[in-house]
Amino acid sequence: MVSVLPLRLRGATLHRRGALRVGPVDLTLAAGGATAVIGPNGAGKTSLLRMMHGLERAAGTLEWAVPEPQARLAQAHVAQRATALRRSVQANLAYPLRLRGAPRAEARRRATAQAARFGLAHLLDQPAPSLSGGEMQRLALARALILEPEILFADEPCAALDGAATREVEAHLRETVEGGTTLVLATHDMGQARRLADRVVFLLRGRVHEAGPAAAFFAGPATPEARAFLRGDIVE
Amino acid sequence: MGDFLAGLAEAGRLVATLDPDLVEITLRSLRVTLTAVAIGCALGLPLGAWLAVRRFRFRRAVIAALNALIGLPPVVVGLAVYLLLSRDGPLGVLGLLFTPTAMIVAQVVIVTPLVASIAHQAMRDLWADYHDLLISLNATRSQRVATLLWDGRRALLTAGLAGFGRAIGEVGAIMIVGGNIDGATRVLTTAIALETGRGDFALALGLGLILVALSLVVSGTTHWILRTERAGRW
Repeated sequence: MVSVLPLRLRGATLHRRGALRVGPVDLTLAAGGATAVIGPNGAGKTSLLRMMHGLERAAGTLEWAVPEPQARLAQAHVAQRATALRRSVQANLAYPLRLRGAPRAEARRRATAQAARFGLAHLLDQPAPSLSGGEMQRLALARALILEPEILFADEPCAALDGAATREVEAHLRETVEGGTTLVLATHDMGQARRLADRVVFLLRGRVHEAGPAAAFFAGPATPEARAFLRGDIVE
Repeated sequence: MGDFLAGLAEAGRLVATLDPDLVEITLRSLRVTLTAVAIGCALGLPLGAWLAVRRFRFRRAVIAALNALIGLPPVVVGLAVYLLLSRDGPLGVLGLLFTPTAMIVAQVVIVTPLVASIAHQAMRDLWADYHDLLISLNATRSQRVATLLWDGRRALLTAGLAGFGRAIGEVGAIMIVGGNIDGATRVLTTAIALETGRGDFALALGLGLILVALSLVVSGTTHWILRTERAGRW
């Protein structure tokens, strides 16, 4: 299969209701590994992910290695506040497969297997809206990954989770990356970025302020703003 | 008070003896209304969901028109359908005037905007919730509509029942296009109007009570089938 990556952004800009959310961004996203998108609140982390995933229409150039309709099929997105379809856990997991035309029986079988992998096997018949925060986040991740995407956009997947749930979600993310999926992770948790990321994109006021390998970035950021941000200062 | 008690007694007698006229009228009422509601739902529910999902130029105008059509006076609908189906009208050759089919046509016109409008409002809220996920999963437009209809089925039940409520109690339109012909197009509401006019209040009241009971039974049965009120469901 031809890879959808690299993704190239040139002057990509996202406006919503007249206000600039993010951009212009010039960025190339290569295949493999995990990229952490970090930066202060309001820097445009969520908007950058939404723009790259195509949830909102961007101005400028956003170019996948394959034509856009084909590229759409290879991506998945986990939102900060995951949406539960008003169905059972199993039906939630089977849903993406059904959309792509998988027969009901096969979709159910794969949903059951996926639930087992994500520790949701005992919840199969429960209505998804009744899950706890941690369970819901695992379900959202399992649902996003059931189509085996080439690239996963995860927007603060652990924002509202306790330590144990965070550890589980991170383990799944790590496993996903090891399985060959490219991860783009927006996070405000520097510990998480250090634990998971190979590359870092530091956003400030809607623009890429600094980008590079994670090890080098955390060892010695090039810009004073990034240094201040890592120190824990308030950066605007 | 005397009329009311007599009405109760008459209703009891009609039901207890399974009065053949009553059974016939009731079944016709149900047939006309349920058919009209079924057609109204088949048109209105997807239309409501489609209006929630689709963004197009005259969307707001269509929704405003739909909401205005809820207030459409049934008598005017009846008149319009009458003119359409009358012998000189454009559809006169079909010979449908003064038949149950004509009554169904009129009721479909009355019910569809109501069903579509309620469905649209419910679907709009659900769509706000589902939007990002369905876009992310690359659902096609018809898949989005199907998902909204299925996951919002409880709200759509309310839309269907509102349509049923409007249709089963409607007199003006079906009186005009049906003609209240004994044994052919007489239904509960037109029979009540007729008996009241003739001064037979007991019979009218009896029919009225049966009409109310019918509404309750239909609404109760539908809820029971879809298990709306059960705990742990949504």
